[in-house]
Amino acid sequence: MDIDRGCPTGLELAQPQSNAADPRVFVRQNKAGHFSLELLVRGAKCAGCLSKIENGVKAISGIENARLNLSTGRFTADWADTKFDPRQIVQTIVDLGYGAIPFQSQIGNSLQDKEAQNLLLAMTVAGVAMMFVMMFSQPIWMAAIYGEMGEGTRTLFHWLSALVALPAGLYAGMPFFSSAYNSLKKGHTNMDVPISLALILTAALSVYSTAKHGEHAFFDAIVMLEFFLLIGRYLDHRLRQKSRIAAQELMALQAVTAQRIGANGEATSVAVSNIAPNDLLIILPGDRIPVDGIVETGNSQADFSMINGETAPVLIGVGQKLLAGVLNLSGSITLRASAKSDDSFLAEIARLIEAGEQSKSQYVRLADKAAAAYVPLVHGTALLTFLGWLVVGGGFEQAIWNACAVLIITCPCALGLAVPAVQVVASGRLFKAGILVKSGDALERLAAVTHIVFDKTGVLTSGQPKWTNRAEIANEVIEIAVGLARASRHPLARALARAIGPGPAITGANEVPGYGIEATIGGNLVRMGRAEWVGASQTTSNESELWFKNGGATAIRFSFEDSLRADTIATITAIKAMGIKVEVLSGDKLEVVEKTAKEAGIAEFRGAQSPFEKAARLDELANNGAKVMMVGDGLNDAPALARAFVSMAPGAAADASQSAADLVFQGEKLDAVREAIVVGRLSKQRVLENFWFSAIYNLVTVPLAVLGMVTPPIAAIAMSSSSIIVSLNALRLHRYK
Amino acid sequence: MESIIYLVPIAFGVAIVALIAFYWTIKSRQYEDPKGDAERILMENDDRPL
Repeated sequence: MDIDRGCPTGLELAQPQSNAADPRVFVRQNKAGHFSLELLVRGAKCAGCLSKIENGVKAISGIENARLNLSTGRFTADWADTKFDPRQIVQTIVDLGYGAIPFQSQIGNSLQDKEAQNLLLAMTVAGVAMMFVMMFSQPIWMAAIYGEMGEGTRTLFHWLSALVALPAGLYAGMPFFSSAYNSLKKGHTNMDVPISLALILTAALSVYSTAKHGEHAFFDAIVMLEFFLLIGRYLDHRLRQKSRIAAQELMALQAVTAQRIGANGEATSVAVSNIAPNDLLIILPGDRIPVDGIVETGNSQADFSMINGETAPVLIGVGQKLLAGVLNLSGSITLRASAKSDDSFLAEIARLIEAGEQSKSQYVRLADKAAAAYVPLVHGTALLTFLGWLVVGGGFEQAIWNACAVLIITCPCALGLAVPAVQVVASGRLFKAGILVKSGDALERLAAVTHIVFDKTGVLTSGQPKWTNRAEIANEVIEIAVGLARASRHPLARALARAIGPGPAITGANEVPGYGIEATIGGNLVRMGRAEWVGASQTTSNESELWFKNGGATAIRFSFEDSLRADTIATITAIKAMGIKVEVLSGDKLEVVEKTAKEAGIAEFRGAQSPFEKAARLDELANNGAKVMMVGDGLNDAPALARAFVSMAPGAAADASQSAADLVFQGEKLDAVREAIVVGRLSKQRVLENFWFSAIYNLVTVPLAVLGMVTPPIAAIAMSSSSIIVSLNALRLHRYK
Repeated sequence: MESIIYLVPIAFGVAIVALIAFYWTIKSRQYEDPKGDAERILMENDDRPL
């Protein structure tokens, strides 16, 4: 039985997608001579989708294996035949109603997330060993109160604990030991140095004490310390992995191929990076221009919004110079490449993004700041304890025991969990609200934001034209006009079709690139498009209107407007109430920017800004001490997004912008910006609370350790309770508005 | 107290079996697609872990 819950499938029809990507370029060959292709599948949500896609692809002859990972959306198919055409796979999935994009994965297919597996295994080993050692420790602790255990039994139990804790501790401690070793080799110290030191010293002393039939051994503390720390490590790794996958997916969307016309006149697919100047390329409607070039043949309209933020389509013809990133809308053209992809406009933007990202990576994370303060303090205290006990005459053994107790009890468990636990809960809450956090420290930076700079088109406004004069037009006119509009790729026509909803398109319609669409209906020539082409009396052609003319009747105007998002005004008001300054930076004409900014309630605005001017403005604000958040969607915003202290892009944004931004929000609501800041502030608060708690905990327990009063049961209770409190505090983040 | 002689090895045995079982679940990639696995139980064809 096929379970079909009627999932919303695939992408909006006729949506211009930049997937001219040819899957053949992405095929990988493994050692056994098998080929495999990885795809990013969109829209799959349930068992029905899963079986439809997998069985659909397996039914293609030649396919040996097909598997979809529903959690990550990645799909892999294998085959052995060299003549097999992988385009069949993509076509099959697209025909089923899902999106399929070839994926260039850096990690080989067989190389799974090894580090996560190792951490998970180390964590389990430590956890099992902890329970096991507790089983031996508990009787000893009870016996210390009731005094029923002889020395021989106690020593036996200590040896049994050692039998479990030493190998388990060695295995589960490897992540810390290797990290500490690598750090020391480079002449630095990190958090893992005191951890490793504490683990090794504790193990050595416990063995020594057991051999001398001593009363105390800290075998349980070794594995417990590792267990709690590994929970933090694993959470942290998962979060990073998630952001890395998100970044890779965005990169995949950029990995496009182009159609090159060879010397023999035949078109072949090439990777964009292999295009040389003077190559002749075919650009179909809906494709993005891959490299800078000059139009050789054909007429079309193009969307320059990636370059300058303007949504209105521009007429392009022979001899026109086009920059990489421009979207070709209505007609197919041939383009003579004038630059390699490395020298193209897109590449320049990419370099700016990279530079911005580097400046961002200099940000010091809270956890690292805490560790930097913590390491010398703990080591200093332990050393002083050791010296102090020697001075007062406690003897060498006593001195090193107590120094060791300091290292264990200042256990960075709470510290190791304080940040990752909060970040996991916070990003989970944001994820539910449709906001994807790409890096953990983005949350910390969000909390410090003082200024927000918005782009206009696609951020404050919905970025899609809306039909505004429905009331003026008769229903029968609308009926024919919509039929015509459905057959067109023009953005205004698509807006009209969207406003009315799905229905039949007029067959036999002819789209004249750059002018409009025409069809013969009931013997009349019906045209919709530019005023002068349609034959309207008014010939001032405005790019935000469509004209419609049915035979000899008077031409009718359909006007469109890119309006504010439904919640823009409310969101701006709320953000201002939070004490954050707001500004608009747009590539659009100043008067348009002014109108929108005023409408949204923003007093500060700049228009006609180039991508470079936008980035410069952000630097200027940053130099004045502001922590600027940039919210933008166009390719022209990408350098500014990378430059900003923290940045956010809508899910409909240009691919480069999404990869440059720290956060990506889905859906129609601008309120996501406010929610992100609220969660950022809350999580910083939780992290600080956790740090304070750890500090207070240390203030109480360290004196006990220094004075030599910490016994194994006290250490165990103190460590586990502090870790639990810190985790519970992180969970509070779910509740607060 | 003599029972310890049996109980301790038994406890070790149980723990080792549990650990090996867990190791197998990791190696057979059972934590990589929790969402997909939850849906796959609804499918009727014989679907074996990779």
